Amino acid sequence: MEDKDIIAQRIAQEIKPDMLVNLGIGLPSLVANYLPKDVHVFFQAENGVVGLGPRPPEGMEDEDLTDAGGGFVTAMPGAASIDSAMSFALIRGGHLDMTVLGGLQVDERGYLANWMVPGKMVPGMGGAMDLVAGAKSVIVGMVHTAKGAHKIVPECTLPLTATRRVTLIVTEMAVIEPTERGLVLKERFPGVSVEDIMKATGASLIIDGDVPEMKLN
Amino acid sequence: MKTALSAEAAAALIPDGAVCLIGGFMGVGSPHRLIDAMVKRGVKNLTVVANDTAMPGKGIGKLITAGAVSKLIASHIGLNPETQKKMISGEIQVELAPQGTLIERIRAGGAGLGGVLTATGIGTVVEKGKQIVEVDGKPYLLEKPIKGDFALLGCKQADYYGNLEYSLTAHNFNPIMALAGAIVIAEPHHIVPVGVISPDDVKTPGVLVTHLLERAI
Repeated sequence: MEDKDIIAQRIAQEIKPDMLVNLGIGLPSLVANYLPKDVHVFFQAENGVVGLGPRPPEGMEDEDLTDAGGGFVTAMPGAASIDSAMSFALIRGGHLDMTVLGGLQVDERGYLANWMVPGKMVPGMGGAMDLVAGAKSVIVGMVHTAKGAHKIVPECTLPLTATRRVTLIVTEMAVIEPTERGLVLKERFPGVSVEDIMKATGASLIIDGDVPEMKLN
Repeated sequence: MKTALSAEAAAALIPDGAVCLIGGFMGVGSPHRLIDAMVKRGVKNLTVVANDTAMPGKGIGKLITAGAVSKLIASHIGLNPETQKKMISGEIQVELAPQGTLIERIRAGGAGLGGVLTATGIGTVVEKGKQIVEVDGKPYLLEKPIKGDFALLGCKQADYYGNLEYSLTAHNFNPIMALAGAIVIAEPHHIVPVGVISPDDVKTPGVLVTHLLERAI
């Protein structure tokens, strides 16, 4: 299984029935593939739909129905199309149960940086700052290191997305929960040792007893 | 009743240097025929307020490529490398704003409000130079209203009073921008007789719309 599939499958386990969930583009969008068929949730795309469905078959696309990355999608029965003010009222107003986002860095405070690399990548924050500041829970799904460079660090060196402690960090190696005490190692990928994870992590990790393995299919 | 203008006639109304609020999200819901006519006319020095600049060759991306824009307020330019290049070279002055903040600033401009207070951006680069207002012990950024000389909208259909109906994720910034432009130009796919659009389906009352473009075909 590829890293991104491990991460997506583990994050899918956090989604509970009837939640309103916003999946970021890229890796987070894969989470929908791992949701059990009997779990009904509403996916939001911040460009204006509650009840987002999968990509339509070729030739059946509607040019007025895309996700926030501009890719063609469908609307599930019971979907609602909304304008951007309503969409971000849902996000900031405490109505969005969960957002799943990628990350460039997360630090010991649980703060996320995921929108720019000064001098290299300045795409704009899009909806990320509102999502992280406003969603009830924020799950960061990302590979554990960037070609060996630490992404989980004592303090973010990249510009922050928000000063809000994220709910959970899920990587192909570990599940980490930011808390008031710091970053708690909750789960490890089967066969990966606590030492391996500590080596791949720039921040200090709190180990509360035995760290169980992730349960994956 | 309004008379529908050709795209060329509508583009001729927009002078160089105008502040244009332009609807659309990655080109979905943008007034494409009007943008083409503006490029053809060779309009210059625009200030564009929009969620994004789509991509080269699409929607607002065409205005960027044509060198029609000198200032841009947007939330995301990551999918248009030309905008990024022109930002770095200084050809376009770019202000990046969180998407939910941008839409509320436009809404405030159109709704007669002196600004909005939002927690989005607190503790990030977005708060630079902005007033922080504490309400019940919680800090918020004061974000100022945005108005335009023009609001340029795309929609699914209109009637000859200028009532507008939108489609799926092509709502996005359009219904909000309809309030915030001194002159509002709407580009419908179809124009139907007055009375055909149910009052429940009118998202922008025609009293807000200054000019209609001819229908697409």
